[in-house]
Amino acid sequence: MSQIQLWTLIFIGASFAVYLYIAWRSRVKETAGFYVAGQGIPTIANGAAVAADWMSAASFISMAGLIAFLGSDGSIYLMGWTGGYVLLALLIAPYLRKWGKFTVPEFVGDRYSELVRTVAAVAAIIISFTYVVGQMRGGGIVFSRFLGLDVTGGVIVAAVIIGLYAVLGGMKGITWTQVAQYSVLIVAYLIPAVAVAQQMTGIPIPQVSFGQILDELNAISLELGMAQFTDAFAARPQIDVFLVTMSLMIGTAGLPHVIVRFYTTKSVRGARYSAFWALLFIALLYTTAPAVGAFTKLNLLQGVNGVSADALPAWVDNWAATGLVTVGDGVTTIGSVSNNPASGADLIVNNDILVLASPEIAGLPAPIVGLVAAGGLAAAMSTAAGLLLVISSSFSHDLYFRRVKRDSTDKQRLLAGRIAMGLAVLISIYAGINPPAFVAQVVAFAFGLAAASFFPVIVLGIFWKRCNSAGAAAGMITGMVFTATYMIYTLPVFGTAANPHILDISPEGIGTIGAIVNFIVTIVVSKMTAPPRDEIAEMVENIRYPSERRPVAAGNVTGTP
Amino acid sequence: MTEVTPDQTGGGGEPPPSPPPASPDNGWRREYWSRNLRLMVILLAIWFIVSFGFGVLLVEPLNEIVIAGFPLGFWFAQQGSIYVFVVLIFVYAKMMDRLDRQFGVDEQETEGAAS
Repeated sequence: MSQIQLWTLIFIGASFAVYLYIAWRSRVKETAGFYVAGQGIPTIANGAAVAADWMSAASFISMAGLIAFLGSDGSIYLMGWTGGYVLLALLIAPYLRKWGKFTVPEFVGDRYSELVRTVAAVAAIIISFTYVVGQMRGGGIVFSRFLGLDVTGGVIVAAVIIGLYAVLGGMKGITWTQVAQYSVLIVAYLIPAVAVAQQMTGIPIPQVSFGQILDELNAISLELGMAQFTDAFAARPQIDVFLVTMSLMIGTAGLPHVIVRFYTTKSVRGARYSAFWALLFIALLYTTAPAVGAFTKLNLLQGVNGVSADALPAWVDNWAATGLVTVGDGVTTIGSVSNNPASGADLIVNNDILVLASPEIAGLPAPIVGLVAAGGLAAAMSTAAGLLLVISSSFSHDLYFRRVKRDSTDKQRLLAGRIAMGLAVLISIYAGINPPAFVAQVVAFAFGLAAASFFPVIVLGIFWKRCNSAGAAAGMITGMVFTATYMIYTLPVFGTAANPHILDISPEGIGTIGAIVNFIVTIVVSKMTAPPRDEIAEMVENIRYPSERRPVAAGNVTGTP
Repeated sequence: MTEVTPDQTGGGGEPPPSPPPASPDNGWRREYWSRNLRLMVILLAIWFIVSFGFGVLLVEPLNEIVIAGFPLGFWFAQQGSIYVFVVLIFVYAKMMDRLDRQFGVDEQETEGAAS
């Protein structure tokens, strides 16, 4: 066993022991605790849990690698996955917290109708499932590298561990475990980043110092057959950058597993501050990611540029076993590098390995490599657990309880939820082994679907009293079908042929158009049908004010502070 | 921000079609809500200008300016916009605290907020 494998096992083992201990300490029996942790989680802790829930294998493992190869256009992920929090904090979280129910389908069920609830529950399951697949794949890559398995074996190990853990725990266990997982993943991300920044520029703040290497990186990228790192729209047309960013933002604000976290705060005010803390914790990683991408890419390129094929650095061999790094047949010296297997470049590097390999590429000591592996797993597990919980609650609460067996007991519902989780794990093993695209892209599709289904009906439900159930159902179904159709049309999944993009719009960006379609359909259909009942208008009115009004000094009411 | 416009005009512009009979003093409610909406629109405008404005639409002209090695448009797209997002949510939470207190709708229990 190599030094690296040994340290990896130590860090993964130790971090898992902590998670399991916390989960065991706070294990839950009643349904309320299982799904929303009894609404007693402090704001900062909730923020850290949201951040861990949010930052998945895509953020931790894939994103910096994608940015390294996308260059400037990597901003779609950076802005897209953070900007959505502004929408979430201003348009959604405080109001849904005031409403005070379990899940997103429950909100739309109360606001609109049982039909909309069912549509929303199905949408929540599809979206969460797509997203879980990305996590299984990410966890699989970690295990495959460090246990010396192929990716298939890695995915199975990851899925079994994640599945067991989510089925046994509940929201309460998950919240506190996620706080621990956030700590592990952020430390694992920052330590190598700071070390590399110090090593390469002498300034240990990666966010500030990566500016200094951009010129050098631009030059070597050109030399090895890639676009300049800082050139905008080298990887995607401008319109697509705009649409993908928007789609990821509104998808973020509509993701059921993130929204459900805001029910666990004590108050409306707590929901606002939770959103702030969550984004602050997320920003710590997200502002570091482009620096990691730039530093690692420069290190990688300098390490292989013009080197003969039998004298390549050790990390190339280590990762070649996973099949994610390949040297072209008959190549003697490396003259071109790419992330695209079809490019015919001398060295092909998969985006997904860049962060995990970055300490090895930079020649950092083995314990740091092990720490990063533990961080990657923490990111994949924390998100997968949250997602599996949404799948289980949507299934047991919104489908089984409402549609199948109205007199079911708490125990039966918990069991139904656990069975749904188990099934989701099994199917996601298959999909994780045969993923339709890179981890971050798989996740991006989930966002497109969330953007096109939930965001419009939630926002209209809060801000427009006239919005009714016929409108919401029609809007959600049209938005989902439109978006999914375009994704299937342009992607070679499910055995269909990939068609060219229409108007330069990529499948990741179509969610924006899907959301606009949803907004228009919802508004038009609502206008054409009868307004909602008075009680609903009153409910909507009530969620706008955090609490009952108390007498205040007269001057204040008129608006003069 | 095309997506968020319809609801703002729909929800904020027109008075509720049939005011709930239970609350005769609708004046403060409308005032509170319109101030909330005004704050929201201002913050979302900044959100849009910094991310989609500086980071996407104007990124190429801004890249002509280079500060500490960073082309400015690139910096907004990969760093600056994220810092602004964090500040926007903080400002929103603080301003809403003040608004809630002014109108007496703040919640009684105190929870560990920022400062």
